[in-house]
Amino acid sequence: MPLNVELVAVERQIWSGEASMVIARTTEGELGILPGHIPLLGQLADGGTVRIQQESGEELVVVAHGGFLSVTDRGVSILADVAEFASEIDVGRARQALDKARGADEDDGDAQAAARRAESRLLAAGETV
Amino acid sequence: MAQIREIRRRISSVTSTKKITRAMELIATTRIAKAQQRVQAAQPYAREITRALSSLAASASLDHPLLVERENPKRAAVLIVTSDRGLAGGYTANAVRAAEELQSLLRSEDKEPLLYVIGRKGIGYYSFRNRAVAHTWSGFSEQPTAGDARDVAATLIKAFSAGVDDEGDDAGEDGILGVDEIHLVHTRFVSMLAQEPTANRIAPLVVEEVDFADDDSSKVSEQQPSYEFEPDPETLLDALLPTYVTSRIYAALLESAASESAARRRAMKAATDNADELIRGLTRDVNQARQAQITQEISEIVGGADALVSVGSDD
Repeated sequence: MPLNVELVAVERQIWSGEASMVIARTTEGELGILPGHIPLLGQLADGGTVRIQQESGEELVVVAHGGFLSVTDRGVSILADVAEFASEIDVGRARQALDKARGADEDDGDAQAAARRAESRLLAAGETV
Repeated sequence: MAQIREIRRRISSVTSTKKITRAMELIATTRIAKAQQRVQAAQPYAREITRALSSLAASASLDHPLLVERENPKRAAVLIVTSDRGLAGGYTANAVRAAEELQSLLRSEDKEPLLYVIGRKGIGYYSFRNRAVAHTWSGFSEQPTAGDARDVAATLIKAFSAGVDDEGDDAGEDGILGVDEIHLVHTRFVSMLAQEPTANRIAPLVVEEVDFADDDSSKVSEQQPSYEFEPDPETLLDALLPTYVTSRIYAALLESAASESAARRRAMKAATDNADELIRGLTRDVNQARQAQITQEISEIVGGADALVSVGSDD
């Protein structure tokens, strides 16, 4: 029995489908969810990536900023403020954003947050930071 | 002659105004549909987060500051959602009126209202009357994004968590004019023809129950399976509640945007109909004036010819 996975951002549902396994990193640590997992509610780690292994063997990598993970008997829902697919990440732009954010003032909270976002984007796209 | 030209000029000016109002009506109509789509699109997230919160509420002790009523609330934030542009009939006026009612209610309960206003028209209303406003936002009333909602929620939650720790109107030691309650006035979209301003309290909040009616597995979930939490329930609640408030504000912004467009569509339709009426009346006036002029010209010619004939017969 496959897992029903829903990936929803605040503005819209981004993806939904069936998967054989979902791997996510919560603030407590890495976690793999197989069908039949007990109900769970978790906070995703900052800039956490979620990997959705589809039945076909393909793997979807998603960056979920400010997200939560909820597992029920109905399936898995990933809630995020903003979510994007790793395959759609513009590496050049993310790197630019990172450089800009790193150059900013250390006390600037927005810049720090932007730096973290850019870092997690790059990591998800398979780049090194 | 001069009168006809005058009326013709008015007709052409009314016609061009009508073109504008007609265009605005059409634009507003498409915007309602778009806004409703956005409301629909935001549903899954709202549903999921409410579900998560309900399950969490069953397990965690509910003594989070965002959930507990404060003793002796002294100041209450009132967030008012209005439009950025005018020509929307009574949309802003109605929202402001509902907000005024709420404020007098708060005052009667010995709470001092503190205003937070979204939308240029609402801001204009209060600045014209020299009323103090704590914070304003504008520029997104017709197409609010989640980022805008996050902005608004962050400001309000900051004021709320600071709490009223001071006397009078001074900001106190922490430099933030804190509040003990947050109320939200927005316009509910009842139908294309009816929008209704409503006031809700969003903090301390009451978690709205999810309607599982359309869900087959509702009976299973009602038994509340034992949940696993990562991290512990209290920390999770800390993180989840502000997000929940944000999603409530976002939903209110989206609904208000739909209401604004609906109000504008109706106002513009009335304006277009009015212009039609005016043009019909003016066209009749022009025709009448032209007829009168022709009649006068004919009688002048006939009278002149008669005069000439009678002069000639005297010869």
